Amino acid sequence: MAVGTATVRRPALTTRWGRALAPYLLIFPGVAWLLIFFLFPLLTLAVTSLMSGDFVAGFQFTWNFNNYTYGLGLYATQYSHSLEYGASATLIAFLLAYPAAYWIAFHAGPRKSAYLLIILLPFFVSFVLRTLSWETLMGDDGPILGPLKSAHLIPSDFRVLATPIAVTFGLAYTFFPYMLLPIYASLEKIDRRLIEAAEDLFANRVEVFRRVIFPLSIPGVFAGVLLTGIPATADFVNQTLLGGAGTTMIGRVIEQQFEVSANYPLASALAFVFMLGLLAMLLLYQRLFGTDELVRAR
Amino acid sequence: MSTAVPAAAQPRQTPVAAAVSRSRIRPSRLILPAYAHLVILWLFAPIFVMMVFGFNDTHGKFNFTWAGFTLRWFMHPFGIPTLTSAALTSLWTALTATLISTSLGTMLALASHRYDFRGKTILNSVLIMNIAASEVVVGSALLTLFVTYGVGLGYVTIVLAQVMFTIPFVAITVGARLAGTDPALEEAAQDLGATPVVTFFLITLPVIFPGVLAAALLALAISLDDYVITSFVAGNTQTFPLWVFGATREGVPPQVNVIGTLIFTFGVLVAVGGAVYRSWSVRRLARETGFQSR
Repeated sequence: MAVGTATVRRPALTTRWGRALAPYLLIFPGVAWLLIFFLFPLLTLAVTSLMSGDFVAGFQFTWNFNNYTYGLGLYATQYSHSLEYGASATLIAFLLAYPAAYWIAFHAGPRKSAYLLIILLPFFVSFVLRTLSWETLMGDDGPILGPLKSAHLIPSDFRVLATPIAVTFGLAYTFFPYMLLPIYASLEKIDRRLIEAAEDLFANRVEVFRRVIFPLSIPGVFAGVLLTGIPATADFVNQTLLGGAGTTMIGRVIEQQFEVSANYPLASALAFVFMLGLLAMLLLYQRLFGTDELVRAR
Repeated sequence: MSTAVPAAAQPRQTPVAAAVSRSRIRPSRLILPAYAHLVILWLFAPIFVMMVFGFNDTHGKFNFTWAGFTLRWFMHPFGIPTLTSAALTSLWTALTATLISTSLGTMLALASHRYDFRGKTILNSVLIMNIAASEVVVGSALLTLFVTYGVGLGYVTIVLAQVMFTIPFVAITVGARLAGTDPALEEAAQDLGATPVVTFFLITLPVIFPGVLAAALLALAISLDDYVITSFVAGNTQTFPLWVFGATREGVPPQVNVIGTLIFTFGVLVAVGGAVYRSWSVRRLARETGFQSR
């Protein structure tokens, strides 16, 4: 009851305490959500991976490291398939995306954003549907191989589906935007004066690219490699639809162990090993390049 | 109002020298554009196949070989009840998830860009981790959580998961917009006695709205399209991608291609419409203010 002085009641959040508290109130729901449904589950995954028992009798926590040794021994081939196809798909995506991104960034002129939009349009279609279309397209008697076979240009038992090539190209296709966008972003923001300076110093086109443009685009390339490589290594949709019995990747094994065999501890151990491998790669990346580029690239 | 076009808005004259050098294009200069266009062709190949096979007059279970043209699938795109209900489930879960994650993600972005607080770096790392995390790992981890605590799988768990993996995309997209706006506007409003909540709804939200809208569309697209994580936490509930993937064993009906074509057309219209609107409003702004960016 201040009499005589005209006091303005300041709202709670503009006081010093309110100001200090506001960010915590703002982040609370989001952080809680991520804690409960992102970080904490990784812990339950680790705990489950050390359990024993079966789905009917129930699982008990017994420090059962056997899941790891057994799982790694049994599925070593599938882990190596994942690495192999994931790495090849990343390389293919890079070889396709870099020149396209380069051309759009430096030579598409005023149609730059139109080209970027065109490149992203196919990805409006559901990922499963796109993969299904590749299955049709690469089919043994599909629109490409069918006519070639009836013209006797290729042997009738020639096939692309169910081979590692089909899986690898499917993966490269699926995650293509994750490669192109960061590369494009890093090429696009290169200061054009640096290129002019190099040209003034008598560098030819190849030298400008090799010594100026490419080194400056490396952060984008690494972001692209990371954002393509991680999902490509784990994916099992491409492998299921485009691959065959001999191309099984670890993602498929994990999914089957959860959904079909209901062997949760073994599946968790397989997933956990996979996560540790990816985490090691991510930490190495952060060490080398920081996370800034990754945030802006998206 | 102004009818006179300012000098800055007129296109610059192309120097004669440049025109001359451009008329003598070496063949090696054509390799790069040709390559880029081939890549675009490759990107559209499966989309084209999807559209064409929606018109395929197939009579068997499988829709892999061309059997003639028909419009009957386009006449009855929703002729398969389970497919239609899966598509509706997709729509509702994704819309619910988008609503929640857009709110939570915008709040995270606001805190990150307008305030200092402890653990900001950790929060940013968690967001990056979330984006970079492998879907198979995240999906199986969530499944072990729900199984451990006896949470029934279905509609609710799908929404919980979809919010979780779209929050970082919203936070980053809205954050990018916030970084490009001037906090002085908000300070001015507060100096004039507006409470932070009033400031947010009257000043901040209208300014960052394009970013929020873009983030919401991104969250919606990611949720609608998600297969891997959703498949782990869906139980017996079917979303559109889950239904299609499940149908691959017995043969996918052409209605799937029809629905895919409709979604694609809708997406193209929204994207192209948005781009045209943006360039139109930029041009209008240039006309009205006599200012041209770049």
